[in-house]
Amino acid sequence: MSCWDVVADYGLRSLGIGERLLPRDDFTLCKQAVLIGSGMIWNVYFGIVALVSGFFLATALAVGKASPRWLPRKLSEWFIFLFRGSPLFIQFFFAYFLFLSLKSVSPIFAPFSSAWLGALVVLFFNTAAYSGEIFYGALLSVPKGDVEAADAYGFSGWPRFRRIVWPTMLRLAWPAYTNEAIFLFHATTLVFFSGFPAWQQRGDALYYANYFADKTFNPFVAYPILAGYFIVLTLLIIWLFGAINRRLNRHLPQARRSKVRYRPNLLR
Amino acid sequence: MFSFCTDPSVLSTPAWFACYFTTGKLMLFYASFGTVLLLLAITAPVALGFGFAGAAAARARFAPLSWLGKLYIAMVRGVPDIVFFLFFVIALDQGFEYLRHKVKCPDWTDPIRQGSDFIVCDAAKLPLSTAPQIWHEVYGFSLAVLTFSIVFGAFAANVLYGAMRAVPHAQLETAEAYGMTHRQTFWRVLIPQMWVYALPGLSNLWMVLIKATPLLFLLGVEDIVYWARELGGAKTARFSDYPHADWRVWYFLGLLVFYLLFTRVSEIALAKLMTRLTHGQATVGGEAQRKAA
Repeated sequence: MSCWDVVADYGLRSLGIGERLLPRDDFTLCKQAVLIGSGMIWNVYFGIVALVSGFFLATALAVGKASPRWLPRKLSEWFIFLFRGSPLFIQFFFAYFLFLSLKSVSPIFAPFSSAWLGALVVLFFNTAAYSGEIFYGALLSVPKGDVEAADAYGFSGWPRFRRIVWPTMLRLAWPAYTNEAIFLFHATTLVFFSGFPAWQQRGDALYYANYFADKTFNPFVAYPILAGYFIVLTLLIIWLFGAINRRLNRHLPQARRSKVRYRPNLLR
Repeated sequence: MFSFCTDPSVLSTPAWFACYFTTGKLMLFYASFGTVLLLLAITAPVALGFGFAGAAAARARFAPLSWLGKLYIAMVRGVPDIVFFLFFVIALDQGFEYLRHKVKCPDWTDPIRQGSDFIVCDAAKLPLSTAPQIWHEVYGFSLAVLTFSIVFGAFAANVLYGAMRAVPHAQLETAEAYGMTHRQTFWRVLIPQMWVYALPGLSNLWMVLIKATPLLFLLGVEDIVYWARELGGAKTARFSDYPHADWRVWYFLGLLVFYLLFTRVSEIALAKLMTRLTHGQATVGGEAQRKAA
Protein backbone atom coordinates (compact mmCIF):
# COMPACT_ATOMS: atom_id res chain seq x y z
CA MET A 1 0.00 0.00 0.00
CA SER A 2 1.70 3.16 -1.17
CA CYS A 3 1.45 6.50 0.52
CA TRP A 4 -0.95 7.75 -2.19
CA ASP A 5 -3.43 5.04 -1.28
CA VAL A 6 -3.21 6.18 2.32
CA VAL A 7 -3.92 9.75 1.20
CA ALA A 8 -6.95 8.52 -0.74
CA ASP A 9 -8.18 6.53 2.27
CA TYR A 10 -7.50 8.92 5.09
CA GLY A 11 -6.97 12.34 3.50
CA LEU A 12 -10.51 13.51 4.27
CA ARG A 13 -11.12 11.14 7.21
CA SER A 14 -11.79 14.06 9.58
CA LEU A 15 -14.78 15.01 7.43
CA GLY A 16 -16.07 11.45 7.36
CA ILE A 17 -15.02 10.75 3.76
CA GLY A 18 -12.95 7.66 3.00
CA GLU A 19 -11.95 4.77 5.23
CA ARG A 20 -14.21 4.53 8.26
CA LEU A 21 -11.95 2.70 10.72
CA LEU A 22 -8.84 4.35 12.04
CA PRO A 23 -5.67 2.27 11.65
CA ARG A 24 -5.27 -0.24 14.48
CA ASP A 25 -1.76 -1.49 13.82
CA ASP A 26 1.14 -0.86 11.47
CA PHE A 27 1.31 2.85 12.20
CA THR A 28 3.52 4.00 9.35
CA LEU A 29 4.91 7.51 9.20
CA CYS A 30 2.73 8.15 6.14
CA LYS A 31 -0.48 7.16 7.91
CA GLN A 32 0.30 9.38 10.88
CA ALA A 33 1.22 12.38 8.71
CA VAL A 34 -1.87 11.99 6.49
CA LEU A 35 -4.37 11.57 9.34
CA ILE A 36 -2.93 14.41 11.40
CA GLY A 37 -2.96 16.57 8.26
CA SER A 38 -6.57 15.56 7.70
CA GLY A 39 -7.35 16.79 11.20
CA MET A 40 -5.79 20.15 10.36
CA ILE A 41 -8.88 20.81 8.19
CA TRP A 42 -10.83 21.33 11.42
CA ASN A 43 -8.21 23.62 12.93
CA VAL A 44 -8.16 25.76 9.81
CA TYR A 45 -11.96 25.82 9.61
CA PHE A 46 -12.38 26.90 13.25
CA GLY A 47 -9.59 29.44 12.98
CA ILE A 48 -10.69 31.13 9.78
CA VAL A 49 -14.43 31.29 10.51
CA ALA A 50 -13.91 32.50 14.09
CA LEU A 51 -11.31 35.05 13.03
CA VAL A 52 -13.39 36.54 10.20
CA SER A 53 -16.64 36.70 12.16
CA GLY A 54 -14.87 37.75 15.37
CA PHE A 55 -13.27 40.67 13.58
CA PHE A 56 -16.60 42.48 13.22
CA LEU A 57 -17.72 41.86 16.79
CA ALA A 58 -14.28 42.96 17.99
CA THR A 59 -14.63 46.29 16.18
CA ALA A 60 -18.06 46.77 17.74
CA LEU A 61 -16.68 45.90 21.19
CA ALA A 62 -13.77 48.32 20.83
CA VAL A 63 -16.09 51.15 19.80
CA GLY A 64 -18.47 50.17 22.61
CA LYS A 65 -15.72 50.19 25.22
CA ALA A 66 -14.53 53.61 24.06
CA SER A 67 -18.10 54.94 23.98
CA PRO A 68 -19.00 57.84 26.28
CA ARG A 69 -22.41 56.26 26.92
CA TRP A 70 -22.76 54.10 30.01
CA LEU A 71 -24.65 51.07 28.70
CA PRO A 72 -22.55 50.05 25.67
CA ARG A 73 -19.36 50.77 27.63
CA LYS A 74 -20.31 48.55 30.57
CA LEU A 75 -21.62 45.79 28.28
CA SER A 76 -18.39 45.70 26.27
CA GLU A 77 -16.21 45.87 29.38
CA TRP A 78 -18.01 42.95 30.98
CA PHE A 79 -17.99 40.89 27.80
CA ILE A 80 -14.25 41.41 27.39
CA PHE A 81 -13.53 40.68 31.05
CA LEU A 82 -15.66 37.54 31.00
CA PHE A 83 -13.86 36.00 28.04
CA ARG A 84 -10.36 37.26 28.78
CA GLY A 85 -10.51 36.53 32.49
CA SER A 86 -11.45 32.87 32.33
CA PRO A 87 -9.68 29.92 30.70
CA LEU A 88 -10.83 28.96 27.23
CA PHE A 89 -10.84 25.35 28.39
CA ILE A 90 -13.48 26.09 31.04
CA GLN A 91 -15.44 28.18 28.53
CA PHE A 92 -15.63 25.20 26.19
CA PHE A 93 -16.81 22.91 28.98
CA PHE A 94 -19.34 25.41 30.23
CA ALA A 95 -20.70 26.13 26.76
CA TYR A 96 -21.01 22.44 25.93
CA PHE A 97 -22.99 21.62 29.05
CA LEU A 98 -25.05 24.80 28.66
CA PHE A 99 -26.01 23.82 25.11
CA LEU A 100 -26.76 20.29 26.31
CA SER A 101 -29.24 21.61 28.87
CA LEU A 102 -30.72 24.07 26.37
CA LYS A 103 -31.15 21.20 23.92
CA SER A 104 -33.78 19.65 26.17
CA VAL A 105 -35.60 23.01 26.24
CA SER A 106 -35.69 23.57 22.49
CA PRO A 107 -34.44 21.48 19.54
CA ILE A 108 -33.04 24.66 17.96
CA PHE A 109 -30.00 24.17 20.18
CA ALA A 110 -29.29 20.62 18.99
CA PRO A 111 -26.56 21.60 16.48
CA PHE A 112 -24.89 23.77 19.13
CA SER A 113 -23.95 20.73 21.17
CA SER A 114 -21.76 19.44 18.34
CA ALA A 115 -18.32 20.88 17.88
CA TRP A 116 -18.65 22.41 14.42
CA LEU A 117 -21.10 25.02 15.69
CA GLY A 118 -20.89 25.03 19.49
CA ALA A 119 -17.11 25.29 19.71
CA LEU A 120 -17.16 27.80 16.89
CA VAL A 121 -19.47 30.07 18.88
CA VAL A 122 -17.12 29.94 21.87
CA LEU A 123 -14.07 30.64 19.72
CA PHE A 124 -15.94 33.49 18.00
CA PHE A 125 -16.78 35.18 21.32
CA ASN A 126 -13.31 34.48 22.68
CA THR A 127 -11.37 35.93 19.78
CA ALA A 128 -13.79 38.87 19.63
CA ALA A 129 -13.02 39.67 23.27
CA TYR A 130 -9.23 39.42 22.85
CA SER A 131 -9.17 41.37 19.57
CA GLY A 132 -11.68 43.85 20.99
CA GLU A 133 -9.22 44.70 23.74
CA ILE A 134 -6.42 45.08 21.17
CA PHE A 135 -8.58 47.32 18.95
CA TYR A 136 -9.68 49.36 21.96
CA GLY A 137 -6.06 50.07 22.84
CA ALA A 138 -5.40 51.07 19.23
CA LEU A 139 -8.54 53.22 19.13
CA LEU A 140 -7.26 55.23 22.10
CA SER A 141 -3.92 55.81 20.40
CA VAL A 142 -5.31 57.12 17.10
CA PRO A 143 -3.43 60.45 16.71
CA LYS A 144 -5.48 63.44 17.80
CA GLY A 145 -4.36 65.38 14.71
CA ASP A 146 -5.93 62.80 12.37
CA VAL A 147 -9.35 63.24 13.96
CA GLU A 148 -9.01 67.04 14.03
CA ALA A 149 -8.05 67.06 10.36
CA ALA A 150 -11.12 64.92 9.60
CA ASP A 151 -13.29 67.42 11.47
CA ALA A 152 -11.74 70.28 9.50
CA TYR A 153 -12.62 68.53 6.23
CA GLY A 154 -16.21 68.19 7.35
CA PHE A 155 -16.18 64.48 8.15
CA SER A 156 -18.38 63.37 11.00
CA GLY A 157 -20.19 60.32 12.35
CA TRP A 158 -20.01 57.17 10.26
CA PRO A 159 -17.91 58.53 7.34
CA ARG A 160 -15.32 59.81 9.80
CA PHE A 161 -15.14 56.44 11.51
CA ARG A 162 -15.13 54.47 8.27
CA ARG A 163 -12.57 56.64 6.40
CA ILE A 164 -10.26 58.00 9.11
CA VAL A 165 -10.51 56.38 12.55
CA TRP A 166 -11.05 52.76 11.59
CA PRO A 167 -8.16 52.39 9.10
CA THR A 168 -5.77 54.05 11.52
CA MET A 169 -7.00 51.85 14.35
CA LEU A 170 -6.44 48.75 12.23
CA ARG A 171 -2.98 49.92 11.23
CA LEU A 172 -1.96 50.48 14.85
CA ALA A 173 -3.52 47.25 16.08
CA TRP A 174 -2.28 45.03 13.27
CA PRO A 175 0.98 43.70 14.80
CA ALA A 176 -0.82 42.69 18.00
CA TYR A 177 -3.74 41.33 15.99
CA THR A 178 -1.37 39.08 14.06
CA ASN A 179 -0.33 37.43 17.31
CA GLU A 180 -3.95 37.09 18.32
CA ALA A 181 -4.64 35.27 15.04
CA ILE A 182 -1.72 32.90 15.64
CA PHE A 183 -2.92 32.10 19.13
CA LEU A 184 -6.47 31.63 17.95
CA PHE A 185 -5.27 28.89 15.61
CA HIS A 186 -3.32 27.34 18.47
CA ALA A 187 -6.40 27.52 20.67
CA THR A 188 -8.44 25.51 18.17
CA THR A 189 -6.54 22.41 19.33
CA LEU A 190 -8.43 22.56 22.62
CA VAL A 191 -11.84 21.94 21.04
CA PHE A 192 -11.87 18.15 21.07
CA PHE A 193 -10.05 17.95 24.40
CA SER A 194 -12.74 19.82 26.27
CA GLY A 195 -16.42 19.03 26.48
CA PHE A 196 -17.10 18.67 22.79
CA PRO A 197 -16.95 15.02 21.71
CA ALA A 198 -15.43 13.98 18.39
CA TRP A 199 -18.35 12.38 16.58
CA GLN A 200 -17.36 9.13 14.77
CA GLN A 201 -13.72 9.91 15.58
CA ARG A 202 -13.73 12.93 13.29
CA GLY A 203 -11.35 15.09 15.27
CA ASP A 204 -8.80 17.79 14.75
CA ALA A 205 -5.04 17.39 14.30
CA LEU A 206 -4.28 17.08 18.01
CA TYR A 207 -7.02 14.49 18.40
CA TYR A 208 -5.33 12.22 15.86
CA ALA A 209 -1.82 12.97 17.16
CA ASN A 210 -2.98 12.00 20.62
CA TYR A 211 -4.62 8.86 19.21
CA PHE A 212 -1.32 7.76 17.66
CA ALA A 213 0.72 8.67 20.74
CA ASP A 214 -1.64 6.59 22.88
CA LYS A 215 -1.66 3.63 20.51
CA THR A 216 2.07 3.46 19.89
CA PHE A 217 3.05 4.76 23.32
CA ASN A 218 5.62 6.81 21.48
CA PRO A 219 5.23 10.59 21.62
CA PHE A 220 8.34 11.25 19.53
CA VAL A 221 6.68 10.76 16.13
CA ALA A 222 3.09 12.02 16.20
CA TYR A 223 3.65 15.25 18.15
CA PRO A 224 6.60 16.47 16.07
CA ILE A 225 4.49 15.90 12.92
CA LEU A 226 1.74 18.01 14.47
CA ALA A 227 4.30 20.65 15.50
CA GLY A 228 5.55 20.75 11.90
CA TYR A 229 2.04 21.38 10.56
CA PHE A 230 1.51 24.18 13.06
CA ILE A 231 4.83 25.84 12.30
CA VAL A 232 3.85 25.89 8.61
CA LEU A 233 0.43 27.30 9.51
CA THR A 234 2.02 29.97 11.72
CA LEU A 235 4.40 30.98 8.92
CA LEU A 236 1.45 31.23 6.52
CA ILE A 237 -0.44 33.48 8.94
CA ILE A 238 2.61 35.70 9.44
CA TRP A 239 3.04 35.97 5.67
CA LEU A 240 -0.63 36.80 5.02
CA PHE A 241 -0.93 39.28 7.88
CA GLY A 242 2.39 40.81 6.90
CA ALA A 243 1.03 41.43 3.39
CA ILE A 244 -2.08 43.10 4.86
CA ASN A 245 0.13 45.11 7.19
CA ARG A 246 2.15 46.40 4.24
CA ARG A 247 -1.08 47.47 2.55
CA LEU A 248 -2.36 49.24 5.67
CA ASN A 249 0.96 51.09 6.01
CA ARG A 250 1.54 51.85 2.36
CA HIS A 251 0.87 55.61 2.66
CA LEU A 252 3.50 56.10 5.37
CA PRO A 253 7.19 56.88 4.91
CA GLN A 254 9.35 53.79 5.23
CA ALA A 255 10.75 54.58 8.67
CA ARG A 256 7.36 55.05 10.37
CA ARG A 257 5.83 51.77 9.26
CA SER A 258 5.04 49.37 12.08
CA LYS A 259 6.46 45.91 11.59
CA VAL A 260 4.75 42.72 12.63
CA ARG A 261 6.81 41.34 15.48
CA TYR A 262 6.07 37.95 16.83
CA ARG A 263 5.54 38.20 20.61
CA PRO A 264 4.43 34.92 22.05
CA ASN A 265 3.70 36.09 25.59
CA LEU A 266 -0.01 36.40 24.99
CA LEU A 267 -1.97 33.25 25.48
CA ARG A 268 -5.31 32.06 26.61
CA MET B 1 -21.69 15.74 58.04
CA PHE B 2 -24.73 16.86 59.99
CA SER B 3 -26.82 14.52 62.11
CA PHE B 4 -30.03 15.25 60.18
CA CYS B 5 -28.49 14.09 56.91
CA THR B 6 -29.23 10.41 57.41
CA ASP B 7 -32.38 10.41 55.26
CA PRO B 8 -32.07 12.89 52.36
CA SER B 9 -35.54 12.23 51.00
CA VAL B 10 -37.36 14.02 53.84
CA LEU B 11 -35.21 17.15 53.99
CA SER B 12 -36.32 20.67 53.09
CA THR B 13 -34.42 22.38 50.27
CA PRO B 14 -31.92 24.44 52.34
CA ALA B 15 -31.17 21.50 54.60
CA TRP B 16 -30.79 19.23 51.56
CA PHE B 17 -28.21 21.60 50.09
CA ALA B 18 -26.44 21.92 53.45
CA CYS B 19 -26.06 18.15 53.41
CA TYR B 20 -25.18 17.99 49.72
CA PHE B 21 -22.39 20.55 50.00
CA THR B 22 -20.75 18.71 52.90
CA THR B 23 -20.60 15.19 51.46
CA GLY B 24 -17.25 13.45 51.29
CA LYS B 25 -17.05 13.73 47.52
CA LEU B 26 -17.66 17.46 47.62
CA MET B 27 -14.85 17.72 50.17
CA LEU B 28 -12.54 16.11 47.59
CA PHE B 29 -13.77 18.73 45.11
CA TYR B 30 -12.86 21.54 47.53
CA ALA B 31 -9.48 19.91 48.18
CA SER B 32 -8.78 19.90 44.43
CA PHE B 33 -8.83 23.72 44.50
CA GLY B 34 -5.87 23.27 46.83
CA THR B 35 -4.22 21.08 44.18
CA VAL B 36 -4.54 23.91 41.67
CA LEU B 37 -3.15 26.49 44.11
CA LEU B 38 -0.31 24.11 45.02
CA LEU B 39 0.52 23.69 41.34
CA LEU B 40 0.64 27.47 40.91
CA ALA B 41 2.72 27.92 44.06
CA ILE B 42 5.34 25.39 42.92
CA THR B 43 5.28 26.09 39.18
CA ALA B 44 5.63 29.86 39.35
CA PRO B 45 9.06 29.97 41.09
CA VAL B 46 10.39 26.88 39.29
CA ALA B 47 9.32 28.24 35.89
CA LEU B 48 10.91 31.57 36.78
CA GLY B 49 14.11 29.70 37.58
CA PHE B 50 13.99 27.81 34.28
CA GLY B 51 13.29 31.08 32.50
CA PHE B 52 16.17 32.83 34.22
CA ALA B 53 18.55 30.02 33.32
CA GLY B 54 17.30 30.08 29.73
CA ALA B 55 17.66 33.84 29.38
CA ALA B 56 21.10 33.83 31.00
CA ALA B 57 22.18 30.99 28.70
CA ALA B 58 20.92 32.87 25.64
CA ARG B 59 23.15 35.82 26.64
CA ALA B 60 26.20 33.64 27.23
CA ARG B 61 29.39 34.32 25.26
CA PHE B 62 30.00 30.59 24.76
CA ALA B 63 28.22 30.01 21.44
CA PRO B 64 26.75 26.48 21.95
CA LEU B 65 25.28 27.52 25.32
CA SER B 66 23.78 30.61 23.73
CA TRP B 67 22.25 28.50 20.94
CA LEU B 68 20.78 26.17 23.53
CA GLY B 69 19.20 29.10 25.37
CA LYS B 70 17.82 30.59 22.16
CA LEU B 71 16.43 27.22 21.10
CA TYR B 72 14.64 26.93 24.45
CA ILE B 73 13.20 30.43 24.03
CA ALA B 74 12.09 29.66 20.49
CA MET B 75 10.55 26.33 21.52
CA VAL B 76 7.09 27.64 22.31
CA ARG B 77 6.83 29.74 19.18
CA GLY B 78 4.59 28.47 16.45
CA VAL B 79 3.44 25.32 18.23
CA PRO B 80 0.39 25.20 20.54
CA ASP B 81 1.44 24.85 24.17
CA ILE B 82 -1.03 22.02 24.74
CA VAL B 83 1.05 19.88 22.38
CA PHE B 84 4.03 20.34 24.68
CA PHE B 85 1.92 19.46 27.68
CA LEU B 86 0.79 16.19 26.15
CA PHE B 87 4.25 15.46 24.75
CA PHE B 88 6.34 16.14 27.85
CA VAL B 89 4.26 14.09 30.23
CA ILE B 90 4.87 10.89 28.25
CA ALA B 91 8.38 11.83 27.15
CA LEU B 92 9.55 12.67 30.68
CA ASP B 93 7.97 9.54 32.10
CA GLN B 94 9.67 7.35 29.50
CA GLY B 95 12.92 9.27 29.90
CA PHE B 96 13.04 8.70 33.66
CA GLU B 97 12.17 5.01 33.31
CA TYR B 98 14.77 4.59 30.56
CA LEU B 99 17.51 6.13 32.71
CA ARG B 100 16.58 4.02 35.74
CA HIS B 101 16.46 0.98 33.51
CA LYS B 102 20.01 1.63 32.27
CA VAL B 103 21.27 2.02 35.85
CA LYS B 104 19.31 -0.70 37.64
CA CYS B 105 19.19 -3.48 35.03
CA PRO B 106 22.44 -3.31 33.04
CA ASP B 107 22.25 -6.99 32.00
CA TRP B 108 18.83 -6.70 30.34
CA THR B 109 19.10 -7.71 26.70
CA ASP B 110 15.58 -7.26 25.23
CA PRO B 111 14.90 -4.04 23.34
CA ILE B 112 12.89 -1.47 25.30
CA ARG B 113 10.57 -0.55 22.44
CA GLN B 114 8.84 -3.68 21.21
CA GLY B 115 6.34 -2.61 18.60
CA SER B 116 3.84 -0.47 20.44
CA ASP B 117 5.14 -1.34 23.90
CA PHE B 118 7.63 0.38 26.12
CA ILE B 119 9.09 -2.30 28.38
CA VAL B 120 11.57 -1.66 31.18
CA CYS B 121 12.51 -4.06 33.96
CA ASP B 122 10.30 -4.12 37.06
CA ALA B 123 12.87 -2.44 39.27
CA ALA B 124 12.97 0.57 36.93
CA LYS B 125 9.22 1.26 36.97
CA LEU B 126 8.29 4.66 38.32
CA PRO B 127 6.77 4.52 40.83
CA LEU B 128 7.29 0.85 41.67
CA SER B 129 4.22 -1.26 41.03
CA THR B 130 4.23 -2.20 44.72
CA ALA B 131 4.15 1.43 45.86
CA PRO B 132 0.98 2.65 47.57
CA GLN B 133 -1.58 4.65 45.59
CA ILE B 134 -0.50 7.97 47.06
CA TRP B 135 2.92 7.71 45.40
CA HIS B 136 1.33 7.17 42.03
CA GLU B 137 -0.65 10.37 42.52
CA VAL B 138 2.38 12.29 43.78
CA TYR B 139 4.39 11.09 40.79
CA GLY B 140 1.64 12.14 38.36
CA PHE B 141 1.41 15.54 40.00
CA SER B 142 5.19 16.03 39.94
CA LEU B 143 5.30 15.18 36.24
CA ALA B 144 2.58 17.77 35.67
CA VAL B 145 4.50 20.38 37.66
CA LEU B 146 7.70 19.65 35.74
CA THR B 147 5.86 19.89 32.41
CA PHE B 148 4.23 23.19 33.35
CA SER B 149 7.60 24.51 34.53
CA ILE B 150 9.37 23.60 31.30
CA VAL B 151 6.70 25.17 29.08
CA PHE B 152 6.21 28.28 31.18
CA GLY B 153 9.96 28.51 31.74
CA ALA B 154 10.27 29.01 28.00
CA PHE B 155 7.72 31.84 28.14
CA ALA B 156 9.51 33.36 31.14
CA ALA B 157 12.88 33.08 29.37
CA ASN B 158 11.34 35.05 26.53
CA VAL B 159 10.21 37.81 28.87
CA LEU B 160 13.45 37.94 30.87
CA TYR B 161 15.62 37.91 27.76
CA GLY B 162 13.68 40.92 26.45
CA ALA B 163 13.95 42.65 29.84
CA MET B 164 17.72 42.12 29.99
CA ARG B 165 18.05 43.76 26.60
CA ALA B 166 15.83 46.65 27.72
CA VAL B 167 18.22 47.74 30.48
CA PRO B 168 19.99 50.85 29.09
CA HIS B 169 23.31 49.83 27.61
CA ALA B 170 25.07 52.85 29.12
CA GLN B 171 24.56 51.29 32.55
CA LEU B 172 26.57 48.22 31.55
CA GLU B 173 29.26 50.31 29.89
CA THR B 174 29.61 52.43 33.03
CA ALA B 175 29.98 49.28 35.12
CA GLU B 176 32.74 48.02 32.85
CA ALA B 177 34.40 51.43 32.91
CA TYR B 178 34.59 51.07 36.69
CA GLY B 179 36.48 47.83 36.17
CA MET B 180 33.73 45.33 36.98
CA THR B 181 34.12 41.91 35.44
CA HIS B 182 31.50 40.47 33.11
CA ARG B 183 30.09 38.41 35.95
CA GLN B 184 29.92 41.34 38.36
CA THR B 185 28.19 43.50 35.76
CA PHE B 186 25.62 40.79 35.20
CA TRP B 187 24.77 40.21 38.86
CA ARG B 188 25.20 43.69 40.32
CA VAL B 189 24.00 45.98 37.53
CA LEU B 190 21.93 44.09 34.98
CA ILE B 191 19.83 41.83 37.22
CA PRO B 192 18.65 44.41 39.78
CA GLN B 193 17.52 46.78 37.03
CA MET B 194 15.92 44.13 34.88
CA TRP B 195 12.85 43.41 37.02
CA VAL B 196 10.92 46.58 36.36
CA TYR B 197 11.13 45.92 32.62
CA ALA B 198 10.20 42.28 33.11
CA LEU B 199 7.21 42.85 35.38
CA PRO B 200 4.54 43.63 32.73
CA GLY B 201 5.52 40.49 30.84
CA LEU B 202 5.72 38.40 33.99
CA SER B 203 2.31 39.57 35.21
CA ASN B 204 0.87 38.65 31.84
CA LEU B 205 2.55 35.27 32.23
CA TRP B 206 1.03 34.79 35.68
CA MET B 207 -2.44 35.40 34.19
CA VAL B 208 -1.66 32.90 31.46
CA LEU B 209 -0.45 30.39 34.04
CA ILE B 210 -3.67 30.74 36.03
CA LYS B 211 -5.67 30.16 32.88
CA ALA B 212 -3.57 27.14 31.93
CA THR B 213 -4.26 25.27 35.18
CA PRO B 214 -7.39 23.46 33.89
CA LEU B 215 -5.04 21.63 31.52
CA LEU B 216 -3.98 19.61 34.57
CA PHE B 217 -7.06 17.58 33.80
CA LEU B 218 -5.52 16.49 30.49
CA LEU B 219 -2.38 15.37 32.31
CA GLY B 220 -4.37 12.92 34.38
CA VAL B 221 -4.40 14.79 37.69
CA GLU B 222 -7.69 14.78 39.59
CA ASP B 223 -8.17 18.53 39.56
CA ILE B 224 -11.22 20.79 39.73
CA VAL B 225 -12.26 20.02 36.14
CA TYR B 226 -12.17 16.29 36.85
CA TRP B 227 -14.34 16.61 39.95
CA ALA B 228 -16.74 19.08 38.31
CA ARG B 229 -17.35 16.54 35.54
CA GLU B 230 -17.65 13.65 37.98
CA LEU B 231 -19.92 15.31 40.51
CA GLY B 232 -22.06 17.29 38.11
CA GLY B 233 -23.02 14.27 36.02
CA ALA B 234 -26.49 12.85 36.49
CA LYS B 235 -26.68 10.81 39.68
CA THR B 236 -29.20 8.14 40.30
CA ALA B 237 -30.22 6.85 43.70
CA ARG B 238 -28.23 3.70 43.04
CA PHE B 239 -24.89 5.44 43.24
CA SER B 240 -25.53 8.27 45.62
CA ASP B 241 -27.89 9.38 48.34
CA TYR B 242 -28.24 12.73 46.62
CA PRO B 243 -29.88 12.18 43.25
CA HIS B 244 -29.99 15.18 40.97
CA ALA B 245 -30.18 15.95 37.27
CA ASP B 246 -27.18 16.86 35.10
CA TRP B 247 -25.63 19.71 37.06
CA ARG B 248 -22.34 19.96 35.19
CA VAL B 249 -23.35 23.32 33.76
CA TRP B 250 -23.66 24.71 37.31
CA TYR B 251 -20.37 23.19 38.39
CA PHE B 252 -18.59 24.73 35.42
CA LEU B 253 -20.32 28.04 36.08
CA GLY B 254 -18.77 27.84 39.54
CA LEU B 255 -15.32 27.21 38.03
CA LEU B 256 -15.82 30.12 35.64
CA VAL B 257 -16.59 32.44 38.54
CA PHE B 258 -13.62 31.08 40.50
CA TYR B 259 -11.24 31.87 37.64
CA LEU B 260 -12.75 35.31 37.04
CA LEU B 261 -12.33 36.23 40.70
CA PHE B 262 -8.81 34.83 40.78
CA THR B 263 -7.88 36.88 37.69
CA ARG B 264 -9.42 40.04 39.15
CA VAL B 265 -7.59 39.67 42.47
CA SER B 266 -4.30 38.99 40.66
CA GLU B 267 -4.81 42.06 38.47
CA ILE B 268 -5.27 44.31 41.49
CA ALA B 269 -2.31 42.81 43.37
CA LEU B 270 0.01 43.07 40.37
CA ALA B 271 -1.02 46.69 39.75
CA LYS B 272 -0.04 47.49 43.36
CA LEU B 273 3.31 45.71 42.91
CA MET B 274 3.97 47.61 39.71
CA THR B 275 3.31 50.93 41.49
CA ARG B 276 5.80 49.97 44.17
CA LEU B 277 8.50 48.81 41.73
CA THR B 278 8.28 51.86 39.45
CA HIS B 279 8.80 54.12 42.48
CA GLY B 280 11.96 56.13 41.88
CA GLN B 281 12.75 54.54 38.52
CA ALA B 282 13.91 56.65 35.59
CA THR B 283 10.93 55.61 33.46
CA VAL B 284 7.72 57.31 32.35
CA GLY B 285 5.79 55.60 35.14
CA GLY B 286 8.29 56.61 37.80
CA GLU B 287 8.33 60.20 36.55
CA ALA B 288 4.52 60.36 36.67
CA GLN B 289 4.61 59.13 40.29
CA ARG B 290 7.18 61.78 41.19
CA LYS B 291 5.06 64.55 39.69
CA ALA B 292 1.90 63.34 41.42
CA ALA B 293 3.58 63.28 44.83
